[in-house]
Amino acid sequence: MAGLGGLLEPLRYEFMLRGMAAAVLVGVVCAVIGSYVVLRSMAFMGDALAHAILPGVAVAYLVRGDLLVGALVAAVLVALGIGAISQRGLIKEDTAIGIFFAAALALGVFLMSTARTFAVDLTHILFGDVLGVGMADLLLMAGLGVGVLAAIALLYRPFLLISFDTVLATTLRWPVGLLRAAMLVLLALTIVVSLQTVGVGLVAAMLVTPAATAQLLTRRLPAMMLTAALIGAFSGLAGLYLSYYLNVASGAAIVLVATLLFALAYLFAPRRGVLWRRAIRT
Amino acid sequence: MREQDGAPADVALEHVTVCYDRRAAPALDDISVHIAGGAHVAVVGPNGAGKSTLFKALVGLLPVSQGRARVHGASPGANTVCVAYVPQREEVDWHFPVTVFDVVMMGRYGRLGWLKPAGHADREIVWRSLEQVGMAGLARRSIGDLSGGQQQRVFLARALAQQPHLLIMDEPFTGVDATTQQVILDLLHHLKQTGMTALISTHDLRLAATRFERVMLLNRRLVAYGAPAEVFTPAALADAFGGQMLMTPDGAWVVDQCCPAPAHRLVEEV
Repeated sequence: MAGLGGLLEPLRYEFMLRGMAAAVLVGVVCAVIGSYVVLRSMAFMGDALAHAILPGVAVAYLVRGDLLVGALVAAVLVALGIGAISQRGLIKEDTAIGIFFAAALALGVFLMSTARTFAVDLTHILFGDVLGVGMADLLLMAGLGVGVLAAIALLYRPFLLISFDTVLATTLRWPVGLLRAAMLVLLALTIVVSLQTVGVGLVAAMLVTPAATAQLLTRRLPAMMLTAALIGAFSGLAGLYLSYYLNVASGAAIVLVATLLFALAYLFAPRRGVLWRRAIRT
Repeated sequence: MREQDGAPADVALEHVTVCYDRRAAPALDDISVHIAGGAHVAVVGPNGAGKSTLFKALVGLLPVSQGRARVHGASPGANTVCVAYVPQREEVDWHFPVTVFDVVMMGRYGRLGWLKPAGHADREIVWRSLEQVGMAGLARRSIGDLSGGQQQRVFLARALAQQPHLLIMDEPFTGVDATTQQVILDLLHHLKQTGMTALISTHDLRLAATRFERVMLLNRRLVAYGAPAEVFTPAALADAFGGQMLMTPDGAWVVDQCCPAPAHRLVEEV
């Protein structure tokens, strides 16, 4: 696997090419919306939404429908459900998330366990199967991914304001509640796009880790999003190469590469890194 | 409200009552006052007097339970462009990755909307606003790297970039350095010449008495409104501050809990 030959060798396989396209796509889309997830402290929400799509996938599986469509419907319903319940103020948002999260996971496992091939398919959904991405899946993922990125670009100012200064957004009469719901729906779409690459169990890492890394390296939101996207895309590619040569699970490899990059930034980031600060102090 | 551009905003409150909770006592009870366009008003009163509540109701952040509030003759929130509100500093996420310039540019969002790109004129206004508060040199800094006073000035610059007719500031002098306090006072003096109406809440009663032509004394109700000499009477102060006031043979002393020392000696002769 030495040198350029080692980098080119996996590209002979079509499933690897599709897998790489999927991994880069997921790395970029997750990282961009993940910047808001990190800044708005929505990591738990992201994790919960990911698990909440299980029952949708299970139902789609049982009726032999499209798994992505099932996931999509479930994720959007849960995103809006959590928003509606926590907005009434009777229970706190993280409690609402906790209830939905566990209930959806239980319902998903409950439904899946009625199917005979349950164990294998559940593993794929929980941890992803990026090398099994077909051309039709890839096109659907790309369409959804580009749609999410376009929406984030068009809603840049309103999303910035509801995240940084809700008071100004409210006094300008911008629809804060609706914008929050829109952000949750985009998050749900992103999670569905990521499903086949890193799976339900690890998508939260792709949302949070590259964005958190970028936050240590940048000072403005557009730069943070761009840096996070590069980190996410690199993690996707590097993770796939690792999984090809070491014969390990691809989703896990991608997340571990992203985590390693975060650790490096945490230690060495200019001005903010732990070692940088220590060096200045001494 | 384009047709009113340039006209100083007047603020009219008629029996305004604001309740956070239907069963609890109202945070503001039956306030009626008319503030002339161009006036600069210090809003004073003890903690919990409803100063912030009044401001939030005026910018449409809180609903008015009873009565009517009018800015420029329109209901709160209708004039999103011509009213600028600077909340207390705690209400913003200071670790957010935005620069000083970015924050002040947000003042243009009301006129630009969601999509219209900021033009040359908008950037000019942002730079001028930064210069007015002495922050142009720090425009590229992260907002989190600033001192409290500098942060306060950035938000004042953002309010200026909105080019408002009515400026509402909640406790801009609390916890800021002497430079910032002077910058804000000088700027208010300058804005007075342009005819901009301003409502400023403060715990600094001496400042209210010496630097403002109008004082509104609140304690859930409107205790008094008028020139400082008319408002700061022992009776009105006792009414507003109650146990926090001490009467001595040579005057009335008020200890406002936000700035406990030194006590403010306000009324020379009783």
